[in-house]
Amino acid sequence: MHNTDPAAEPTPDDTVIHVARLAKEYRVFDKPEGLAASIRGLFHRTSRVVEAVKGVDLDVGRGEFVALLGPNGAGKTTLLKLLSGIITPTRGTATVLGHVPWERADDFRRRFALVMGQRNQLWWDLPAAESFRLHQEIYRIEPARFEKTRDELVDMLDVRRLILQPVRELSLGERMKLELVAALLHEPEVLFLDEPTIGLDVVAQHTIHEFLRDVQRRRRMTVMLTTHYMKDVAALCERVVVITRGDVLYDGSLAEIVDRFTSHKIVTLDFDEAPDRERIERFGFPCDFRGPQVILRIDRSRIADALPVILGSEGVRDVSVEDVPLEEIVAELFRADSRQAAAGASS
Amino acid sequence: MSDAAAMPAKPFQGLRTWWTMLRICLEERLVYRGDFALGTLMRFLPIVTQVFLWTAVFAATSRSDIAGYSRNDIVAYYLLTMLTRAFSSMPGLATGIARSVRDGSVKKFLIQPVDYVGFLLAARVAHKLVYYAVAAIPFALVFFLCRGYFPPPPDAVTIAAFLLSLVLSFLLGFFMEAALGMLGFWFMEVSSIVFGYMLVQYLLSGHMFPIDLLRTVPTGVAGVSLADVVHWLPFEYTAYFSSAVWLGKVQGRDLVAALAIEAGWVVVMAVACRIAWWRGTRRYSAFGG
Repeated sequence: MHNTDPAAEPTPDDTVIHVARLAKEYRVFDKPEGLAASIRGLFHRTSRVVEAVKGVDLDVGRGEFVALLGPNGAGKTTLLKLLSGIITPTRGTATVLGHVPWERADDFRRRFALVMGQRNQLWWDLPAAESFRLHQEIYRIEPARFEKTRDELVDMLDVRRLILQPVRELSLGERMKLELVAALLHEPEVLFLDEPTIGLDVVAQHTIHEFLRDVQRRRRMTVMLTTHYMKDVAALCERVVVITRGDVLYDGSLAEIVDRFTSHKIVTLDFDEAPDRERIERFGFPCDFRGPQVILRIDRSRIADALPVILGSEGVRDVSVEDVPLEEIVAELFRADSRQAAAGASS
Repeated sequence: MSDAAAMPAKPFQGLRTWWTMLRICLEERLVYRGDFALGTLMRFLPIVTQVFLWTAVFAATSRSDIAGYSRNDIVAYYLLTMLTRAFSSMPGLATGIARSVRDGSVKKFLIQPVDYVGFLLAARVAHKLVYYAVAAIPFALVFFLCRGYFPPPPDAVTIAAFLLSLVLSFLLGFFMEAALGMLGFWFMEVSSIVFGYMLVQYLLSGHMFPIDLLRTVPTGVAGVSLADVVHWLPFEYTAYFSSAVWLGKVQGRDLVAALAIEAGWVVVMAVACRIAWWRGTRRYSAFGG
């Protein structure tokens, strides 16, 4: 692998993405309310610097499927834009496949793909087959190989009948599938996905999950994905990187995030009929009554002792013990971080 | 993986890619053929007013020619100018580029190994080809009906120069407007800049009146006429020049010199467009995205 930036640290062969102290600042102009302020703004504009990404370090190996999580405005999309070369950083370095992305070398651009959920790469008025043909040319894919890959991808997503229809006539889900086919035709080694399932129904989401998992494994492709849907994460990613306020808050396995950031389990009890509240409250755990169903949050260290007692209580028909949903853990992570930020700002 | 998938660059690879882009752009334009047909017919309307205006001007004066143009010459001039502008005018090009910057669709050209300017050129050639296919018959009809206004056709060399000037006017119009559109990287909205450009263009290109009329207006610097100044600017090559060539107003060494100036402007604008793209994307990468 060839390193084009002497400042970047050498990367081991199986490291596909190497990010060191990467930072991106934007200057934003404040626009105060009101006409008078607008007129003043003609002569003097006040601006401030926003750090969208501040000093991120990250290494991703070949074949990893990484989820980038974070609240809106945390810097996830900025990071993907940096890594795909759309924007240049303020500080720091990054290499993807041995190239500095923002140099935008054609050699690099033929080896990765970026799919953005709300943006169209396909030609709106033409059938997707035409856009595919154009990709064949600009990515210089051999005709035989192009046809093989196209047919394979199209069949996996079951969209063969759609590729001859003008894209504007397709549903959002159908379009997204064809966008993915277009992005994968040149067999990129690295794929960046920015909220690929946004606005899709459950069935389409599921199809796309299966498809991505399959393609990624078969090709040993390196994938980085931003999303707000924990279903995407649970279905696809072993590794999770949580970003808040431009900084990496957590980087580790999906299993570990559950372990590390939750202190309790969710125990759901089903009764024949709505139970006596006081009796349940006496167990001493936070509980939530929903008719004949009661949901308890039990400390993990106490669950072994508590369960037999609870199960022994009268009228219990069914019980389930689950981890806290990922959504909740992540939401809690985000909240804790913003509280910390507020505390930091006031001190 | 993709090393095996990507073909090595073959000779004419760029040309092939360009051809595919052209073909796809053609297909896309054909989706809107109805809109095109209507637009073509509308183009003939303004010329009718011009003919009426000049008929009135000639009726009010006892002169048989104005700045070397007879009444017939004037009508022929406007018809030819319309033809030239069918090559050089680029409706929606500058604003389209600026829009792609504003709404972010320009990103595609940062990510994919494809050149935006080359792509725009292919799209515009396709746009024009479809337009000519639609407009050929009405144009031919109008020229046939107005044949009485035209002097006898010029010699082969003049016709060749005329055709060359048309091709150059297309390229000049394209690169000028594309460079203008690239200002979208610096200004959020370019429509007022484009409007200003259109105004200057209308006045100085010969679209409004033959540039020869400016011969009578001195600039105040050493008695140089405004027409001489305009001659060195790019505008007249997008309308006046080709018509003047056909009508035999520019001949011999003047013709060669003028074609050279036109070709020079094409190069200057193409380079300006390239630089604007290069600096614009750098700025976009640094501040926007």
